[in-house]
Amino acid sequence: MNKKLEKILQNRELNLVLLTAVLLIAVTLRAPSFLALKNIERIVNDTAILIMVASGQLLVILTGGIDLSVGATIAFSGMAVSMLNQYNPSMPVVVLILLGVLIGTLLGAFNGACVAFGKVPPVITTLGTMSIFRGFTFVLSKGQWVTAHEMTEAYMNIPKGKMLLLPNLTIWAIVVFIIMFYFIRYTRSGREIYAVGGNKTAAHFVGVSEKKVNFMVFTIAGALCGLAGVMWTARYAAAVNETALGFELQTVAACVLGGVSLAGGAGTLTGVVMGALFLGIINNALPVVNLSPFFQMGIQGFVVLAAIVANVLMEQRNDKKLLAGRRR
Amino acid sequence: MKDIVLQLKDIAKYFPGIKALDKVDFTIRTGEVHALIGENGAGKSTLVKIMTGVYQPTRGSIFRNGKSVQFKTSHDAQEAGVVAIHQEASMFSELTVTENIFMGHHLKKASGMLDWKAMTRHTADLLNKLELDISPDTLIKNLGTAQRHMVEIAKALSVDAEVVIMDEPTSALSLKEVEELYKIVRQLKNEGKAIVFISHKFDEIFEICDYFTVFRDGQYIGEGEVAKSSIDEIVKMMVGRSLNQMYPKKEAKIGETILDVEGLSLPGYFSDVSFNLHKGEILGFFGLVGAGRSEVMRTIFGIDKKSAGKITLAGEVLETTNPGLAMKKGIAYVPEDRQEQGAILEMSLSHNITLPQINDLSDFGVLNSKREKNVTEEFGNKMEIKAANWKVNANTLSGGNQQKVVLAKWLATNPQILILDEPTKGIDVATKAAVHKFISEMAGEGLAVIMVSSELPEILGMSDRIVIMHEGKVTSLMNRDEADSDKVILAATGHGQGDRHE
Repeated sequence: MNKKLEKILQNRELNLVLLTAVLLIAVTLRAPSFLALKNIERIVNDTAILIMVASGQLLVILTGGIDLSVGATIAFSGMAVSMLNQYNPSMPVVVLILLGVLIGTLLGAFNGACVAFGKVPPVITTLGTMSIFRGFTFVLSKGQWVTAHEMTEAYMNIPKGKMLLLPNLTIWAIVVFIIMFYFIRYTRSGREIYAVGGNKTAAHFVGVSEKKVNFMVFTIAGALCGLAGVMWTARYAAAVNETALGFELQTVAACVLGGVSLAGGAGTLTGVVMGALFLGIINNALPVVNLSPFFQMGIQGFVVLAAIVANVLMEQRNDKKLLAGRRR
Repeated sequence: MKDIVLQLKDIAKYFPGIKALDKVDFTIRTGEVHALIGENGAGKSTLVKIMTGVYQPTRGSIFRNGKSVQFKTSHDAQEAGVVAIHQEASMFSELTVTENIFMGHHLKKASGMLDWKAMTRHTADLLNKLELDISPDTLIKNLGTAQRHMVEIAKALSVDAEVVIMDEPTSALSLKEVEELYKIVRQLKNEGKAIVFISHKFDEIFEICDYFTVFRDGQYIGEGEVAKSSIDEIVKMMVGRSLNQMYPKKEAKIGETILDVEGLSLPGYFSDVSFNLHKGEILGFFGLVGAGRSEVMRTIFGIDKKSAGKITLAGEVLETTNPGLAMKKGIAYVPEDRQEQGAILEMSLSHNITLPQINDLSDFGVLNSKREKNVTEEFGNKMEIKAANWKVNANTLSGGNQQKVVLAKWLATNPQILILDEPTKGIDVATKAAVHKFISEMAGEGLAVIMVSSELPEILGMSDRIVIMHEGKVTSLMNRDEADSDKVILAATGHGQGDRHE
C-alpha cells in the first residue's frame, strides 16, 4: 500500500520519463545518430539556460503566480553586461557575471515588490514589466547590437569552455540545479513557498508571510534570469534587443510538462528539469528527422499540448485510484 | 401501513476497485420523513445519486408506485417526481429566484417563447407557501444561506415532487432557520410527500424523522421506527460497535486564570466581550450563526484587529497584531473550515504538522529533518492519524483524519491555549468521539481549551462553563451543572435575561 501510493503520487514525473523514452526511440529509428553521446551532450547544453530560468519560474508558479517577464529580464541584463564588456574590456568576467545576476535580481525585486506590496496580480505585473524591461533594453542599446567582435574572448568563453568533460554551460546549469534543489527541499523558505501556494489562509494562520514569499520568488527568478542573460549573450556571441523573445512561454511549458500545478502548491524541480529536457529533445529532433523548419513551432506546440492532456488524464485516473484507496 | 412510493431492491453500485453500495434495500412511504443514516463514506450520497438518476445502479431495481422504473438521467427522476435538495446549494448566483426555480423546466407560451409572467406568478405562489418574504426577481447572490436553501425547496416543489431528498439540509443553517425548515418539512409531510432526510445529528433525527435506515460501508444494516429506538441503538448500527459514551468528559482540575478578555470589541461583529479562561478548563462558546463567536476567536488570535478592549495572557497584556505572534505567545487556533483554512492539501502530512514550527525546526534557515521527523511522529501518533505513512499528501485522507492532522499541527506548537472552532463539524461519529476524547485528555493535562460549537449536545457534554453569545454580545455565562438545553437556547436567541427584544 505504502509503496504503491507513493508510486502513484510520483506518476506525473514517471509519465514524462516514459514519454521522453518513446520520443527518443521514435527519433532514433529515423536517425540512429541521434542517440550518440555527442548529440545528447549537445541537447543538454542547449537546454541548460532553459533549466536555469525554468527553475526560477517554478518558484513563482508554486506560489500560484506566473512570471511573464523572464525573457525581457534576460534581454536587459544580457544587453547591459554585454555593453559593459564592450566598453570596459578589462573588466573581469567574474565581475560581469555578478553584475548580470545583480541586474536581474533588481528587476525581479521590482516585480516582487509590485506583487507583494502593491498587491498587483502577478500576470498583470509581469505583463507590464515584460514590455518595460524590453523597452529599456532598446533604450539602453539605442537599438544597436553588441556582436561577436565587440565582445572579449574571455566573455564568450564563459559558457563555452570545458570542465570535467562537460561544457561549462552544462556545469552552470547543474550548479543552479543543485542549489535550487537544496533550497526548495531543505530550507525553511522553500517550505514556505509550498505552504503559501498550497493554501494562503492556512499559511497566514501559522505565521508564514505571504508578502515575504512573493517578494522572494520573483527576486530569485530575476537573479536566475540575470545569470541566464550573461550565458545567453556569451554563448550566441551577440546581444540583440530581441534576445529570448517568447522564452517565458517555454519556461512555463517546461514547468507544466514537468507536472507543476498552475494553481500553485504542487510541483518538483526534477519534474521541471525533465520537462525542459523534453522540450530540448523536440527542438533538436525535428531537424534530424528532416522536418521543414516551418513545421517546427507547430509541432512543438502540439507535442506540448498532447503531453499535458496525457498528464491530466493520467492524473484523473490516479485521483480515482486514490479515492478508491481512501474508501477502504 | 402507508403507501410505498419509492422502493429500491438489492441495489449495488460498483466503481472501478470499490463497491460503493452492495445489497441495499431502501423503502420510502408517503407522508413519512425517513432518515438516511450512516457515517461519511457509508454510501448515502451514492444512493441519493441513484435515486435521482445521476448514477445507474450496477445491479438491482427501482420501483415507483410498484412499477419497475429506470432513471437514466436526472431528468427522468424529476419526471417521476423524485427531487434532491443538495447540501451545497447548487444555484446560479447571478440569476433571479424565478430563473433558478424554473431552470430546466421553463414554462412556455403557445408560440414557443418563454412565459416569464407565468413563471414569476408561480414562483410568488411557492414563496408565499413557504412563507418566504423575498421577491421572485431577487438575485440569488443577494440571499443568505438559509434563504437559498428555501429557494432550493421551492424548486423541488415547482416540479411537483413526491419524493424530496434533503442532503444534510441543516448544516449551514442557524437554529432559528432550522426551526423554519422543520416547519416546512412537517407541512410537506402532511401534504403526503415522502421526505428522505440525511443527517449526522441525532437531535434532528429524533425531532423530525419518523423512520430510519442505517448504512455502513456501502451496505444496508437495518431500519426501524425512530420513536421506538434509542440513540445508542442507532449509533451501534452506524459504527458497528457501541460508543460507551458520546461525550467522554473527564473531570479536570481547574487551575489558575490564563486568559482574561475585557471589553473586546470589533465594530459590526461584536462588542464589549469579556470572559476568562482557566488552565484545565474547557470553555464552550455557543450561539447562532452570526453571533460573532468565530470573530472573537479570530481577534484573540490576531487575524482581525480589535477596536477596543484588553487581552491578558498569563499576566501579560497581549497586543496581538498577527497570527505568528499569537502563536509564539502560546495560542493555537484551529479554524472552522479545515479545507480552506486548516490543512494544506497538496502537502505531506509531515510538512503539514511541522509547518507552524519551521522556524524552530531549522538552523540558519535549513530544516533539520531529524527533529522534523520526531515532531511528526510524536503528535501524529498521539492523534492516532490513520495514514500509510507521513509522506502522503493530506488530500489522500478522509475529512476526519484531515481534522486530526490540523489538531496535531497545533498541538505540536505546545500551546497554553487551544481555540477550536467547530472541531467536529462534518466528521463522522467515530472520529468525532476520538476528537472529543482527545480534547478532554488535553484539558486534563492542564491545557486551557476554548471550544466554539453550534452543536448543543457537544457544548453541553464537553464544556466546564459555557459562554453564550447573541448578535455580538455575551448574553449569558453558565456553569456545567446549571446549563440545560432550554436555558442555553433561550440565551442564544437573546431571551436570556427575560428581555425579549425580538
